[in-house]
Amino acid sequence: MKFIGHLDIMRYFQKAIRRAEIDIAYSEGYSPHQIMSFAAPLGVGLESDGEYFDIEVHSTKSSTESIENLNREMVDGMEIIEFKCLPENAKTAMSIVAAADYKVILKDMNSYPLNLAQWEEKLSEFFVKPSEVLITKKTKKSEKIIDLKKLVYDFRIEKENPDIIFYLKVCTGSMDNIKPELVLEAFFDYLELPYVESDFHVRRLEAYMNKEEIEQTDVQSILNNLVPLGSAGEDIES
Amino acid sequence: MSTKLALSDEILLTIDKPARYIGNELNMVKKDPDKMAIRFAMCFPDVYEIGMSHLGMQILYDMFNKKDDVYCERVFSPWPDLQQIMKEKNIPLFGLESQDPLNKFDFIGITIQYEMCYTNILQILDLSQIPMKTVERERNHPFIIGGGPCTYNPEPIADFFDLFYIGEGEIRYDELLELYKKWKPSSHSREDFLHEAAKIPGIYVPSLYKVIYQPDGTIEDRTAIYDDIPMTIEKQVVMDFSNATYPQKPIVPFIRVTQDRVVLEIQRGCIRGCRFCQAGMIYRPNREKDIDVLKEHAYTLLKNTGQDEISLSSLSSSDYTHLEELVTFLIDNFKEKGVNISLPSLRIDAFSLDVMSKVQDIRKSSLTFAPEAGSQRLRDVINKGLTEEDIINGSGQAFDGGWQKVKLYFMLGLPSEEEEDRKAIPQLANRIATRYYEIPKEQRNGKCQITMSTSFFVPKPFTPFQWVKMYDPEEYISFAKIVNNELKEQINKKSIRYIYHEAHVTVLEGLFARGDRRLGDVLLKAYENGCVFDAWTEFFDLAKWKKTFAELNFDTEFYTKRERSFEEILPWDFIFCGVTKEFLKKEWDTAMTEKVTPNCRMQCSGCGALNYKGGVCFEDKN
Repeated sequence: MKFIGHLDIMRYFQKAIRRAEIDIAYSEGYSPHQIMSFAAPLGVGLESDGEYFDIEVHSTKSSTESIENLNREMVDGMEIIEFKCLPENAKTAMSIVAAADYKVILKDMNSYPLNLAQWEEKLSEFFVKPSEVLITKKTKKSEKIIDLKKLVYDFRIEKENPDIIFYLKVCTGSMDNIKPELVLEAFFDYLELPYVESDFHVRRLEAYMNKEEIEQTDVQSILNNLVPLGSAGEDIES
Repeated sequence: MSTKLALSDEILLTIDKPARYIGNELNMVKKDPDKMAIRFAMCFPDVYEIGMSHLGMQILYDMFNKKDDVYCERVFSPWPDLQQIMKEKNIPLFGLESQDPLNKFDFIGITIQYEMCYTNILQILDLSQIPMKTVERERNHPFIIGGGPCTYNPEPIADFFDLFYIGEGEIRYDELLELYKKWKPSSHSREDFLHEAAKIPGIYVPSLYKVIYQPDGTIEDRTAIYDDIPMTIEKQVVMDFSNATYPQKPIVPFIRVTQDRVVLEIQRGCIRGCRFCQAGMIYRPNREKDIDVLKEHAYTLLKNTGQDEISLSSLSSSDYTHLEELVTFLIDNFKEKGVNISLPSLRIDAFSLDVMSKVQDIRKSSLTFAPEAGSQRLRDVINKGLTEEDIINGSGQAFDGGWQKVKLYFMLGLPSEEEEDRKAIPQLANRIATRYYEIPKEQRNGKCQITMSTSFFVPKPFTPFQWVKMYDPEEYISFAKIVNNELKEQINKKSIRYIYHEAHVTVLEGLFARGDRRLGDVLLKAYENGCVFDAWTEFFDLAKWKKTFAELNFDTEFYTKRERSFEEILPWDFIFCGVTKEFLKKEWDTAMTEKVTPNCRMQCSGCGALNYKGGVCFEDKN
């Protein structure tokens, strides 16, 4: 499923919703479309354990039944885990998503000249210890200098033989955004190692929203304020 | 549990649209290949998005998979980016379902819809690592079988196919597969199997027949190397069409494909008998599908796919007896559920305008007419019954109702066509525009937009025009220039747009459409020279084709610019397609007197399809 782009995933769900007979609402006009919005598009090649989208419905069955009906219409590699009811004036998923967790597997760490302790030491040097980590982010039109410490809330390393795993929690959303690949590229740049994109296997684990609307400056309060996107809604009883 | 992919992540992430090659779509059939008696690969020799739009593929895929001991998988042409990687890394072409290499299969069935896909057929064989020529294949290689409209002249590609199936695929496969199951564990040779298969009606095994040519290049004779195989191959037709097998759970692609909707096949064949149209001849007799069956299909197919659009498929949907009832049913039952009703080109009348306005935004969609010829005289020659009155009245009604866009389809290079016929095309478009501007300015919403499109006529086998000659590309372009220059003289030229087709591709299509076996080597060389995806403008390379002809010292004009004599043995004469040669000759003569032939419902013209004892030929008798 990871080879299917975001727009195609949306169309896939539109059909699944129809087959599962979810009473979804349609927009007005000549080409009515389902009222559906995804929290954060996932790039091609990435897998995920935590994707979210909102839909507007006229009526609904219980969470359990809805999940069952939808899962009956899924293909290998796609599973519905939660089905929750949002409060009346809820904002769209896309507008509230604030952060995401990523697990990035570097296949076969033995081809790199570092052991686990050395990786961790280098990470500490590059990211943990400094008060700011400046990198250049190139867009189509311009270049921007950004501070990774402001956008990356967590960055640690673990080992799972023979791979090495990077865990990142990064800022995600319509306001500010950073891709885990960019963070790793910067890290490898610092290590003076080549960054070979196809050696990395990226998996998004979860998407988060802010529990409360507060001004956050330090990473710890940001982390304390993040909750999974699903907590915006409630399970629906039968 | 997912199947391991044939292509690595690395490769998939570097190529265009990796989803073309991974399978696992909704309704894909999953079987255990090891438990199967026969593994069949169904192939459309073009890219995934084109192949997955083809209804025939879905019908046969479903039909084969309904058999417990057959596993039918799909394969399409890898896009050139992947083709290159597969050659470099020696990765064999694979079926989408199992991701297993094609050369392990029992059969590869290739549906042949368009002559410009012929080089892609060679691409499929090449990438599957199967010998391209039948003479080079051994017992362990799959049998390559071809089907579809181009098999009505299979001779140009005869070198590459072990078998052809002439006609509708729903009929003879049981016999063929039973024969194969007996043969497989035996000690009989490949040729033994083919010899027995050649006895099945509709099956043509080219290697068992020889063609001898006369000094002038035309065919002298055809002979069979065994005397127990038929000299004439008979087209297979599904007569009980309403109850014919039809997929209830069509595969739903992940990516956008050209035809991305539920399709209801409402009838096969056509009653009109337009003289340029091969489909109208080879799919006779016209057979309608029972409306109750269609209504049931509509429910089932939408339920099993969740698609948001449903459409009707046939050669001339306006002739379907119960069209009004069917379209009304679809609108009443599905429009509210967010399902688009996509209507095919309908004859423009009060009914069609009414339904079209219900399902489309008329400000954005086009009215379509296919007069095919600009003058009534030429329309009568080609037996296209559309009159100017039909067109102007139809357009007028539509314009009064708020329509603004019109599309007109024509051909250039038709038999007996003169300059005045070509000029008549923009003149007709102009009169349509004039009708539009008769509407008072306050009631109009700006200009009307008329698009004239001309293709160049390619004579096809089994039509009354199968004997005519074609022109040079330069001549075709000069015809288009006449149209363009005449357009500039029209008062309403600012409301009219003109597009015309590629002339060189047209000539190549004509070469293969009426070619013979001697084109096999040409095709092979063209592929070796790098020709592939010839149906795509971005890949069609005229220089490579010219180089091929030069290297082989090949005279293409023998096939394209030569008028055939009625006495000549044509490469496809050995096939009986339901319509007799006498009928086609008679139709040609009638065409030259500029008279029309009434349609099948008005009057039977004795084409020969009556022998199938069904369909429109017997409608009154029911």
